Amino acid sequence: MATTTQPQTGAKPAASLSNEEILRYSRHLIMPEVGMEGQLKLKNAKVLLIGTGGLGAPLGLYLAAAGVGKLGLVDFDVVDFTNLQRQVTFGTSDVGKPKSEAARARLLNLNPDIQIQSFETQLTSANALELFKDFDVIVDGTDNFPTRYLVNDACILLGKPNVYGSIFRFEGQAAVFGMPDGPCYRCLYPEPPPPGLVPSCAEGGVLGVLPGIVGSIQAMETIKLILGRGDNLVGRLLLFDALGMRFRELKLRKNPNCPVCGTHPTIRKLIDYYEFCGVRGEEAPGPTVEVPEITPRELKARLDRGDELFILDVREPHEYQICNLKGHLLPLGELTRRVHELDSSREIVAHCRSGKRSAEAVDFLRKAGFRKILNLKGGILAWSDEVDPSVPKY
Amino acid sequence: MPVKVMIPSPLRPYAGKRDSAEFSARTVGEALGHLTTEFAELRKHLFTEDGKLRSFVNVYVNDEDIRYLAKENTPTKDGDTISIIPSIAGGLHLEASFRALRQAGVNAERKPSSLLVLASRIGI
Repeated sequence: MATTTQPQTGAKPAASLSNEEILRYSRHLIMPEVGMEGQLKLKNAKVLLIGTGGLGAPLGLYLAAAGVGKLGLVDFDVVDFTNLQRQVTFGTSDVGKPKSEAARARLLNLNPDIQIQSFETQLTSANALELFKDFDVIVDGTDNFPTRYLVNDACILLGKPNVYGSIFRFEGQAAVFGMPDGPCYRCLYPEPPPPGLVPSCAEGGVLGVLPGIVGSIQAMETIKLILGRGDNLVGRLLLFDALGMRFRELKLRKNPNCPVCGTHPTIRKLIDYYEFCGVRGEEAPGPTVEVPEITPRELKARLDRGDELFILDVREPHEYQICNLKGHLLPLGELTRRVHELDSSREIVAHCRSGKRSAEAVDFLRKAGFRKILNLKGGILAWSDEVDPSVPKY
Repeated sequence: MPVKVMIPSPLRPYAGKRDSAEFSARTVGEALGHLTTEFAELRKHLFTEDGKLRSFVNVYVNDEDIRYLAKENTPTKDGDTISIIPSIAGGLHLEASFRALRQAGVNAERKPSSLLVLASRIGI
C-alpha cells in the first residue's frame, strides 16, 4: 500500500504547469497514473539525496528529469577518475570539482525548471535533522555504515520516508523504511558489522551498471511515494543478484523491540555514529599492524645497488595484471597454505596496493619465523608516486 | 531433496567461492552447523565466540526471517532455501575519497579525520 507524501512547504504549492512544462512532461501527463495531478505532486515535492555517487547518479538524473520540484544534494566529496566508471552524472571535465556542485550543474542542464540545492558538507549528527526537515523524502545513496544508521535514525525521529539502496560487487538491496507502521533499517540490522569483518579492498569493487539499476529502483520508489501510487517496498527487502540476473524478495517485519522505531525506543536523539560503528573519532587505525617498513625510495636505491631482495606481491592475480613490480605473486588469502614457497633465509620485501594487506602478510610471516622481511610503505601506489610514475594507480 | 543454503558474495571468499551449498538438515541451526563445518573460515563471520548468530547477519528460511520464527531451531524441510543476508555498504567510494584526498592534499580540511580512520579501518 502506498502512502501519499504531502509536501511540507511554507510557500504556496504550485497549482499549474507552464506550457513548456506540459510539453516536457507530456509522456507523464498522458498516463492516467500520473496525469496533471501527479505531475503537480512531483513539482511540489522536495527530495533530499544523501550522496551523489553511484546510486545518486541515476537518482538525481531520473528525479530531475521527472520534474521533482526541489532536489537537495548532500556530498562533501570531489569527483575523481575512479568515479567515472559508474557515477554517470559526472563527465571527465568534472574531475577535481566538488560532487554536489558538478551534479547540480548537470541536473540543472537536464531540467532548468526545478530547484536544486547543493550541500557540500558531510552529513553529521549535528546537521542531519536541520538538513532533513525541509524535505519530504530522504533517499539514502550512501556507502558507509555510520551514515546509513544516521540517515535511518534521523528519518525515524522526523517521521520521514527513507528510500534505501545498497550495493556490493554484483549484489544490491533496496527497501523503503520509515513509513508509518513499516520497519526501519535497524529492524533489519540492529547493529553494523565491526570494521574487522567488513570485506577488504581485495574483495571490494562494484560493476558500474549495478548502482545504476539499484539507484533507478530507488528513484522509482521515490516517485511512487510522491504520487501515492502502487505498492512500495515497505516491509519487503528486494535483493538483486546481477550475475545470476535474479530478483528475490524477503519479508521485513517491524521489530517491536527496535531501539529507534519500536514501542519503547531507547534512541531518542542522534548519537555518535562513528563510535557506534566502531570507528572512533580521532583514534589511530586499530587493526593496522606495526611491522618493519621500507620506503619506495629506499627500495629503489637498494635494488639499484644490486641487493638481492625477494619481492613478494600479496595482491590478487587480477591486480597483478593491472601493474606489478615483477614480484612473486602469492595472494594474502593463500599465504597460510603456500608459506613453504618462501625462503626465510632470503631478505623479503612484501607489497600490495596500499601497504595494508602486505602489513598483515609481514606480521604473519614474522610470527612464522621470518626475520628478514620488510613491508613496502604505501604499496604500489606510493611506488608510482615516488619512484616510477609509469606504474598505473588503481 | 536437501536444504539449500545461499551464500552472499561478501562471504563467498570464506566458502570456497561457492554461491550455495546443500545439506540434509532438520533445523536452520543444523544447516548452518554443517555449513561452518565444511567452511570453517565462515564461522567467525556468522557466529560470535559464544556461538550466537551475529546481529548484523540475518537468516531467512524461504522469505521469512528466522528471528520471527523459532530462530536457529526453526525447522526446515526438503527443498527449503536458507538465505544469509549480511548488511552491505559499497566501499569503493570511501577508498576513492581517501585516495583523492591523498593525491590532492588541497581538500584535506574538507574531510573529517574520522573518515580517514574509517577508510583505514575498513582496509584500504
